[in-house]
Amino acid sequence: MATRTETLELRTEPFVLNMGPVHPSTHGVFRMRVTLDGEVIINIEPIFGYLHRGIEKLAEERTYTGFIPLTDRLDYIASMTNNLGYVLAVEKLAGITVPERAEYLRVIMSELQRIGAHLVAVGSFLNELGSYFTHFLYMYRERERIVDLFDMVCGQRLLYNYMRIGGVSHDIPEEFTPALREFLRQMPRYINEYEWLIKDHEILLARTKGVGILPRETAINSSISGPVLRGSGVKWDIRKADPYSIYDRFEFEIPTGTVGDCYDRYRVRIEEIKQSLRIIEQAIDQLPPGEVRSEVPHLIRPPVGEAYARIEAPKGELGFYLVSDNSIAPYRCHIRSPSLINLSALREMLLGWKVQDAIITFGSIDITMGEVDR
Amino acid sequence: MTIANPGIGALERLNTLPPDWPGGFWWHWLLFTIVTIAVVFIMLIINIYIERRGMGRIQSRVGPNRTGPFGIFQAVADGVKILTKEFITPANSDKVIFWLAPIVAFAPVFLIFAVVPITDGGLLADLNIGILYVVAIGSVSTVGVFMAGWSSSNKYSLLGAMRNVAAVVSYEIPMVLAIASVVLVAGSLSLNQIVLAQDIPFILLQPLAFVIVFLSGCAEINRSPFDLMEADSELVAGFHTEYSGMKFAMFYLVEYGEAFVVASIISTLFLGGWRGPVLPQWLWFVIKAILIFFVMVWIRTTSPRVRIDQLMALAWKFFFPLALINLFVTGILVLTLPEGYQWVMIPVNFAVAGVLILLWSRLFKLGWGRVEV
Repeated sequence: MATRTETLELRTEPFVLNMGPVHPSTHGVFRMRVTLDGEVIINIEPIFGYLHRGIEKLAEERTYTGFIPLTDRLDYIASMTNNLGYVLAVEKLAGITVPERAEYLRVIMSELQRIGAHLVAVGSFLNELGSYFTHFLYMYRERERIVDLFDMVCGQRLLYNYMRIGGVSHDIPEEFTPALREFLRQMPRYINEYEWLIKDHEILLARTKGVGILPRETAINSSISGPVLRGSGVKWDIRKADPYSIYDRFEFEIPTGTVGDCYDRYRVRIEEIKQSLRIIEQAIDQLPPGEVRSEVPHLIRPPVGEAYARIEAPKGELGFYLVSDNSIAPYRCHIRSPSLINLSALREMLLGWKVQDAIITFGSIDITMGEVDR
Repeated sequence: MTIANPGIGALERLNTLPPDWPGGFWWHWLLFTIVTIAVVFIMLIINIYIERRGMGRIQSRVGPNRTGPFGIFQAVADGVKILTKEFITPANSDKVIFWLAPIVAFAPVFLIFAVVPITDGGLLADLNIGILYVVAIGSVSTVGVFMAGWSSSNKYSLLGAMRNVAAVVSYEIPMVLAIASVVLVAGSLSLNQIVLAQDIPFILLQPLAFVIVFLSGCAEINRSPFDLMEADSELVAGFHTEYSGMKFAMFYLVEYGEAFVVASIISTLFLGGWRGPVLPQWLWFVIKAILIFFVMVWIRTTSPRVRIDQLMALAWKFFFPLALINLFVTGILVLTLPEGYQWVMIPVNFAVAGVLILLWSRLFKLGWGRVEV
């Protein structure tokens, strides 16, 4: 009888699944080499570089001003904050001051951008959970209004190229302020709509609670930042921890999660949208009159030296490290992109979970491939 | 309570039912074959239209509105387009099975409609084992889906097909148990007799069975929130990832055809099928089926997808015991209630359903689902 049971025993073996580079849920051309035992992930190997355009090298070939449009192409979901990070680094390097009104405009634009980027992040996260584009389209409906506001100030809808060294490119037009106030008035109602629709959905809770946990220590050790870090319960926001621009003048909270699972990251993003609305409201009330751009030469030649400026981009800490050799182009430009570094704990987060959890955990980290590969 | 006469042989019943058709059995057979195929195709187009427009409205967009008035010819336009597309067979695929799979999946949709009454006696064959036939033939589609997934030589397809087989094998059991309690109340397996027995719609007499049959049906035919087999955000397109051209269109039609099958079976079993006042009988049948289908569309647009272990847990830990208890309670009620006191089942079964669902949702935890590696 023993031989019979032996023959009946099923022989199983793990198999390798290449998720991506072309896959509906990889936010671009990310590739995960997943080793599966049935549906369970036993090994995962992230592979990137499919969108490498050599942007850091291109910076060395361009003038300081000429590189601003290329920063748009890093995280194309949040171009405004990329612009801001870069111009802050150049201003630090060359010692350029920025007019008061421009500072306020920068804050308003980056917070609007944060709302827009978080709407995209939450929308695509819920879409990956399988809600078939409903929440995704609702959130795009509101993002559309933010994009319209940006269209008013700079004429662009995706790659804004709005910030300049020493200010911003244009002052806001007349119709901008009433449109923004209308948006601020309506947005809380829309947020309530999303919350009412999905927040306590039984399947959402079952799928996201306790899934893809990123422990606090791992998050800190892996240098993770942004909503992913705050989801793990670390109260770290560069707007508070190392205030840049004029963020020390505004009142806002840093929302944090407790466990560090997908649900916490989703909640943190929704709460951050509410805080951003608060900041914009304060900024538009305090907006002073005046110039929006200081006098800056066309070809900037910063003194020899180096500067690192970091901001709280929607996805985390975005840093620009510039080295100047007193020429018209940077000697070296390094970009610390939050998307790439937030991916570093992906393996720890996914081992032992199923394919479906891998997709939503990946979605909850929220990356843009333009920023990962640069 | 109407009880079918088991003494008459099946063939004899086919010859005698319905008696007022001219030419007898063969004319009836020919006519209803054509009617069945026509009804299925028309309903496919209507369902596709309802899903696309309904989803559009729910998602605060317009939906297809360019082809014909209100976009009603969108499905036709898509069909014409897809007919002209090339059918690509992957190099490593098992060619014969790859070619055969859509046909195997497609045929059962029509076969099932042989026993679904569209009007009183308006059906191809009033089998005295009607509902058993529906359950048996309904599972054949899974063979087609698994053939497609296995022969494509694609890992996404394989995962999707495996998930589908697991889901169908699991959900068939609570579904059949829930249907059995309906059969107990009706006293017949023939779908037409079940409709005739519904002086009170069975959704009132069997609320728990309705919930179980509806959700199990959704799980078997890959409707959201159980659409793991073709989860577009995970498995690209699941079992039909490698299909293109008309073969893909057949799988697409299978999806909507099965949804219509489930909707019409549920409307027959629980909502009184063709019965209804004023309007013609076939129209009542269509309205009820579309109503059920619209609820499926509604769920699809608002609900996230469950995970595979949660899908299995739902079948085995939740639906299976509940269907078993429901069958037991119904059996006792059918045995003890005297003639004419069927309405007593309404309060009793609603109470049973409420208590069981509350109790099980307390006991039943989905779990975290992580495996140590």
